[in-house]
Amino acid sequence: MIPTNYYVMLSAILFGLGVLAFIFKRNVISIFMSIELMLNAVNLAFVAFSQAMHKLDGQVFVLFVIVVAAAEAAVGLAIIIVTSRNRQSLNVERVDLLKL
Amino acid sequence: MTPQLIIFFALAALAVGGAISLILQKHPIHSALSLIVVMVSLAGLYLLMGAEFVAAVQIIVYGGAIMVLFVFVIMLLNAGIEEHTSLSKLAGVPGLLLALALTGFIAATIARSTDTVQAAAQPGNMASTRDLSAMIFKDFVYPFELTSFLILVAILGAIVLAQREKARA
Repeated sequence: MIPTNYYVMLSAILFGLGVLAFIFKRNVISIFMSIELMLNAVNLAFVAFSQAMHKLDGQVFVLFVIVVAAAEAAVGLAIIIVTSRNRQSLNVERVDLLKL
Repeated sequence: MTPQLIIFFALAALAVGGAISLILQKHPIHSALSLIVVMVSLAGLYLLMGAEFVAAVQIIVYGGAIMVLFVFVIMLLNAGIEEHTSLSKLAGVPGLLLALALTGFIAATIARSTDTVQAAAQPGNMASTRDLSAMIFKDFVYPFELTSFLILVAILGAIVLAQREKARA
Protein backbone atom coordinates (compact mmCIF):
# COMPACT_ATOMS: atom_id res chain seq x y z
CA MET A 1 0.00 0.00 0.00
CA ILE A 2 1.50 3.28 -1.12
CA PRO A 3 0.85 6.28 1.18
CA THR A 4 -1.62 8.83 -0.18
CA ASN A 5 0.95 11.54 0.46
CA TYR A 6 3.24 10.20 -2.25
CA TYR A 7 0.51 10.56 -4.83
CA VAL A 8 -0.45 14.04 -3.64
CA MET A 9 3.21 15.14 -3.60
CA LEU A 10 3.61 13.88 -7.18
CA SER A 11 0.43 15.76 -8.08
CA ALA A 12 1.87 18.96 -6.54
CA ILE A 13 5.15 18.53 -8.47
CA LEU A 14 3.30 17.97 -11.77
CA PHE A 15 1.09 21.01 -11.08
CA GLY A 16 4.18 23.14 -10.39
CA LEU A 17 5.79 21.95 -13.62
CA GLY A 18 2.55 22.82 -15.44
CA VAL A 19 2.64 26.36 -14.00
CA LEU A 20 6.31 26.64 -15.01
CA ALA A 21 5.53 25.51 -18.57
CA PHE A 22 2.62 27.99 -18.67
CA ILE A 23 5.01 30.83 -17.80
CA PHE A 24 7.96 29.75 -19.96
CA LYS A 25 6.25 28.73 -23.17
CA ARG A 26 5.66 31.29 -25.89
CA ASN A 27 3.80 29.09 -28.36
CA VAL A 28 0.06 29.26 -27.75
CA ILE A 29 -0.41 25.51 -28.37
CA SER A 30 2.34 24.68 -25.84
CA ILE A 31 0.65 26.96 -23.30
CA PHE A 32 -2.60 25.09 -23.90
CA MET A 33 -0.80 21.79 -23.34
CA SER A 34 0.56 23.02 -20.00
CA ILE A 35 -3.04 23.70 -18.92
CA GLU A 36 -3.84 20.06 -19.74
CA LEU A 37 -0.83 19.03 -17.61
CA MET A 38 -2.23 20.98 -14.64
CA LEU A 39 -5.66 19.36 -15.11
CA ASN A 40 -3.97 15.95 -15.11
CA ALA A 41 -2.13 16.76 -11.89
CA VAL A 42 -5.42 17.68 -10.20
CA ASN A 43 -7.01 14.45 -11.47
CA LEU A 44 -4.22 12.47 -9.83
CA ALA A 45 -4.95 14.15 -6.48
CA PHE A 46 -8.69 13.41 -6.91
CA VAL A 47 -8.09 9.69 -7.51
CA ALA A 48 -5.54 9.51 -4.66
CA PHE A 49 -8.04 10.96 -2.16
CA SER A 50 -10.80 8.76 -3.58
CA GLN A 51 -8.61 5.73 -2.89
CA ALA A 52 -7.71 6.96 0.61
CA MET A 53 -11.33 7.58 1.62
CA HIS A 54 -12.69 4.46 -0.15
CA LYS A 55 -15.33 6.64 -1.75
CA LEU A 56 -16.01 6.91 -5.46
CA ASP A 57 -16.92 10.61 -5.60
CA GLY A 58 -13.35 11.51 -6.53
CA GLN A 59 -13.35 9.17 -9.51
CA VAL A 60 -16.70 10.52 -10.73
CA PHE A 61 -15.26 14.03 -10.51
CA VAL A 62 -12.23 12.93 -12.54
CA LEU A 63 -14.58 11.75 -15.30
CA PHE A 64 -16.33 15.14 -15.28
CA VAL A 65 -12.96 16.94 -15.38
CA ILE A 66 -11.97 14.84 -18.41
CA VAL A 67 -15.25 15.75 -20.18
CA VAL A 68 -14.70 19.45 -19.46
CA ALA A 69 -11.08 19.18 -20.65
CA ALA A 70 -12.23 17.61 -23.92
CA ALA A 71 -14.78 20.38 -24.49
CA GLU A 72 -12.16 22.98 -23.58
CA ALA A 73 -9.64 21.46 -26.01
CA ALA A 74 -12.17 21.52 -28.86
CA VAL A 75 -13.18 25.16 -28.35
CA GLY A 76 -9.67 26.36 -27.43
CA LEU A 77 -8.05 24.81 -30.48
CA ALA A 78 -10.75 26.34 -32.70
CA ILE A 79 -9.89 29.75 -31.17
CA ILE A 80 -6.19 29.07 -31.79
CA ILE A 81 -6.91 28.27 -35.45
CA VAL A 82 -8.86 31.53 -35.86
CA THR A 83 -6.20 33.71 -34.15
CA SER A 84 -3.37 32.11 -36.11
CA ARG A 85 -5.32 32.84 -39.30
CA ASN A 86 -5.72 36.49 -38.32
CA ARG A 87 -2.20 37.04 -36.93
CA GLN A 88 -0.16 34.65 -39.11
CA SER A 89 1.68 33.58 -35.96
CA LEU A 90 1.35 31.25 -32.97
CA ASN A 91 3.50 33.41 -30.69
CA VAL A 92 1.44 34.82 -27.82
CA GLU A 93 3.45 38.04 -27.85
CA ARG A 94 2.05 38.82 -31.30
CA VAL A 95 -1.52 38.63 -30.00
CA ASP A 96 -1.57 42.04 -28.32
CA LEU A 97 -4.63 43.85 -29.67
CA LEU A 98 -5.96 44.50 -26.15
CA LYS A 99 -2.59 45.81 -24.92
CA LEU A 100 -2.21 49.54 -24.30
CA MET B 1 10.71 -1.66 -0.87
CA THR B 2 7.66 -3.51 -2.11
CA PRO B 3 7.10 -4.14 -5.84
CA GLN B 4 4.19 -1.68 -5.73
CA LEU B 5 6.47 1.06 -4.46
CA ILE B 6 9.05 0.33 -7.18
CA ILE B 7 6.33 0.56 -9.87
CA PHE B 8 5.08 3.81 -8.30
CA PHE B 9 8.52 5.41 -8.36
CA ALA B 10 9.18 4.25 -11.93
CA LEU B 11 5.88 5.71 -13.15
CA ALA B 12 6.34 8.88 -11.10
CA ALA B 13 9.83 9.39 -12.56
CA LEU B 14 8.40 8.84 -16.06
CA ALA B 15 5.64 11.40 -15.42
CA VAL B 16 7.98 14.04 -13.98
CA GLY B 17 10.53 13.40 -16.74
CA GLY B 18 7.83 13.84 -19.38
CA ALA B 19 6.67 17.09 -17.76
CA ILE B 20 10.24 18.46 -17.66
CA SER B 21 10.71 17.40 -21.28
CA LEU B 22 7.49 19.29 -22.15
CA ILE B 23 9.09 22.47 -20.81
CA LEU B 24 12.52 21.96 -22.39
CA GLN B 25 11.46 20.90 -25.90
CA LYS B 26 11.48 23.76 -28.37
CA HIS B 27 9.14 22.29 -30.96
CA PRO B 28 5.43 21.98 -30.00
CA ILE B 29 5.14 18.49 -31.53
CA HIS B 30 7.90 17.24 -29.20
CA SER B 31 6.08 18.87 -26.28
CA ALA B 32 2.88 17.07 -27.33
CA LEU B 33 4.66 13.70 -27.43
CA SER B 34 6.12 14.38 -23.94
CA LEU B 35 2.63 15.16 -22.69
CA ILE B 36 1.42 11.79 -24.03
CA VAL B 37 4.18 10.10 -21.96
CA VAL B 38 2.90 11.94 -18.85
CA MET B 39 -0.70 10.88 -19.54
CA VAL B 40 0.14 7.22 -20.10
CA SER B 41 2.23 7.06 -16.92
CA LEU B 42 -0.63 8.69 -15.00
CA ALA B 43 -2.94 5.99 -16.39
CA GLY B 44 -0.49 3.44 -14.96
CA LEU B 45 -0.70 5.16 -11.58
CA TYR B 46 -4.51 5.00 -11.71
CA LEU B 47 -4.26 1.25 -12.37
CA LEU B 48 -1.92 0.98 -9.39
CA MET B 49 -4.57 2.70 -7.25
CA GLY B 50 -7.26 0.29 -8.44
CA ALA B 51 -9.15 2.83 -10.55
CA GLU B 52 -9.35 0.73 -13.72
CA PHE B 53 -12.14 2.64 -15.43
CA VAL B 54 -10.47 6.01 -14.90
CA ALA B 55 -7.21 4.56 -16.28
CA ALA B 56 -9.00 3.33 -19.41
CA VAL B 57 -10.75 6.68 -19.90
CA GLN B 58 -7.45 8.48 -19.35
CA ILE B 59 -5.80 6.56 -22.18
CA ILE B 60 -8.79 6.61 -24.56
CA VAL B 61 -9.91 10.22 -24.07
CA TYR B 62 -6.72 12.03 -23.02
CA GLY B 63 -4.01 9.98 -24.69
CA GLY B 64 -6.20 9.23 -27.67
CA ALA B 65 -8.77 11.88 -28.54
CA ILE B 66 -7.43 15.09 -26.97
CA MET B 67 -3.77 14.56 -27.89
CA VAL B 68 -4.68 13.55 -31.45
CA LEU B 69 -6.59 16.85 -31.66
CA PHE B 70 -3.48 18.71 -30.43
CA VAL B 71 -1.11 16.96 -32.84
CA PHE B 72 -3.61 17.52 -35.66
CA VAL B 73 -3.77 21.28 -34.98
CA ILE B 74 0.03 21.55 -34.63
CA MET B 75 0.45 19.94 -38.04
CA LEU B 76 -2.46 21.88 -39.59
CA LEU B 77 -0.98 25.23 -38.53
CA ASN B 78 2.55 24.09 -39.39
CA ALA B 79 3.83 25.26 -36.00
CA GLY B 80 7.58 25.79 -35.93
CA ILE B 81 10.20 26.19 -33.21
CA GLU B 82 9.03 28.79 -30.73
CA GLU B 83 10.84 32.10 -30.61
CA HIS B 84 11.87 33.82 -27.40
CA THR B 85 12.41 37.56 -27.24
CA SER B 86 14.86 39.01 -24.73
CA LEU B 87 11.92 40.30 -22.69
CA SER B 88 10.32 36.85 -22.44
CA LYS B 89 13.67 35.38 -21.32
CA LEU B 90 13.90 38.08 -18.67
CA ALA B 91 10.38 37.30 -17.47
CA GLY B 92 11.39 33.66 -17.03
CA VAL B 93 13.53 34.40 -13.95
CA PRO B 94 10.74 35.73 -11.68
CA GLY B 95 8.45 33.13 -13.27
CA LEU B 96 10.76 30.30 -12.20
CA LEU B 97 10.96 31.70 -8.67
CA LEU B 98 7.17 32.10 -8.44
CA ALA B 99 6.53 28.56 -9.73
CA LEU B 100 9.06 27.15 -7.25
CA ALA B 101 7.43 29.13 -4.44
CA LEU B 102 3.97 27.83 -5.41
CA THR B 103 5.17 24.21 -5.54
CA GLY B 104 6.96 24.62 -2.20
CA PHE B 105 3.85 26.13 -0.63
CA ILE B 106 1.63 23.27 -1.86
CA ALA B 107 4.20 20.65 -0.77
CA ALA B 108 4.53 22.27 2.69
CA THR B 109 0.75 22.29 3.12
CA ILE B 110 0.56 18.60 2.17
CA ALA B 111 3.44 17.71 4.49
CA ARG B 112 1.68 19.51 7.36
CA SER B 113 -1.65 17.75 6.78
CA THR B 114 -0.12 14.27 6.51
CA ASP B 115 -1.67 13.01 9.74
CA THR B 116 -5.12 14.36 8.88
CA VAL B 117 -5.17 12.54 5.54
CA GLN B 118 -3.99 9.27 7.03
CA ALA B 119 -6.49 9.55 9.91
CA ALA B 120 -9.35 10.18 7.48
CA ALA B 121 -8.45 7.07 5.48
CA GLN B 122 -11.15 4.50 6.00
CA PRO B 123 -10.77 0.76 5.94
CA GLY B 124 -12.64 -1.28 3.35
CA ASN B 125 -12.30 -2.59 -0.15
CA MET B 126 -11.89 -0.39 -3.17
CA ALA B 127 -15.18 -0.15 -5.05
CA SER B 128 -15.49 -1.60 -8.53
CA THR B 129 -16.41 -0.15 -11.91
CA ARG B 130 -19.96 -1.44 -11.32
CA ASP B 131 -20.29 0.82 -8.27
CA LEU B 132 -18.82 3.70 -10.27
CA SER B 133 -21.46 3.31 -12.99
CA ALA B 134 -24.23 3.08 -10.37
CA MET B 135 -22.92 6.30 -8.84
CA ILE B 136 -22.76 8.17 -12.16
CA PHE B 137 -26.23 7.10 -13.32
CA LYS B 138 -27.97 7.43 -9.93
CA ASP B 139 -26.35 10.02 -7.68
CA PHE B 140 -24.77 12.16 -10.39
CA VAL B 141 -27.35 11.72 -13.15
CA TYR B 142 -28.21 15.44 -13.48
CA PRO B 143 -24.56 16.61 -13.71
CA PHE B 144 -24.01 13.75 -16.18
CA GLU B 145 -26.85 14.98 -18.39
CA LEU B 146 -25.53 18.54 -18.09
CA THR B 147 -22.12 17.43 -19.40
CA SER B 148 -23.80 16.12 -22.55
CA PHE B 149 -25.27 19.59 -23.01
CA LEU B 150 -21.80 21.08 -22.42
CA ILE B 151 -20.34 18.83 -25.11
CA LEU B 152 -23.11 19.91 -27.51
CA VAL B 153 -22.33 23.59 -26.86
CA ALA B 154 -18.60 22.89 -27.33
CA ILE B 155 -19.26 21.21 -30.70
CA LEU B 156 -21.38 24.19 -31.82
CA GLY B 157 -18.73 26.65 -30.60
CA ALA B 158 -15.91 24.85 -32.39
CA ILE B 159 -17.91 24.71 -35.65
CA VAL B 160 -18.91 28.39 -35.47
CA LEU B 161 -15.36 29.54 -34.69
CA ALA B 162 -13.75 27.48 -37.41
CA GLN B 163 -16.33 28.48 -40.03
CA ARG B 164 -16.15 32.21 -39.46
CA GLU B 165 -13.71 32.91 -42.29
CA LYS B 166 -15.92 31.14 -44.84
CA ALA B 167 -19.07 33.04 -43.74
CA ARG B 168 -17.35 36.39 -44.15
CA ALA B 169 -16.09 35.69 -47.67
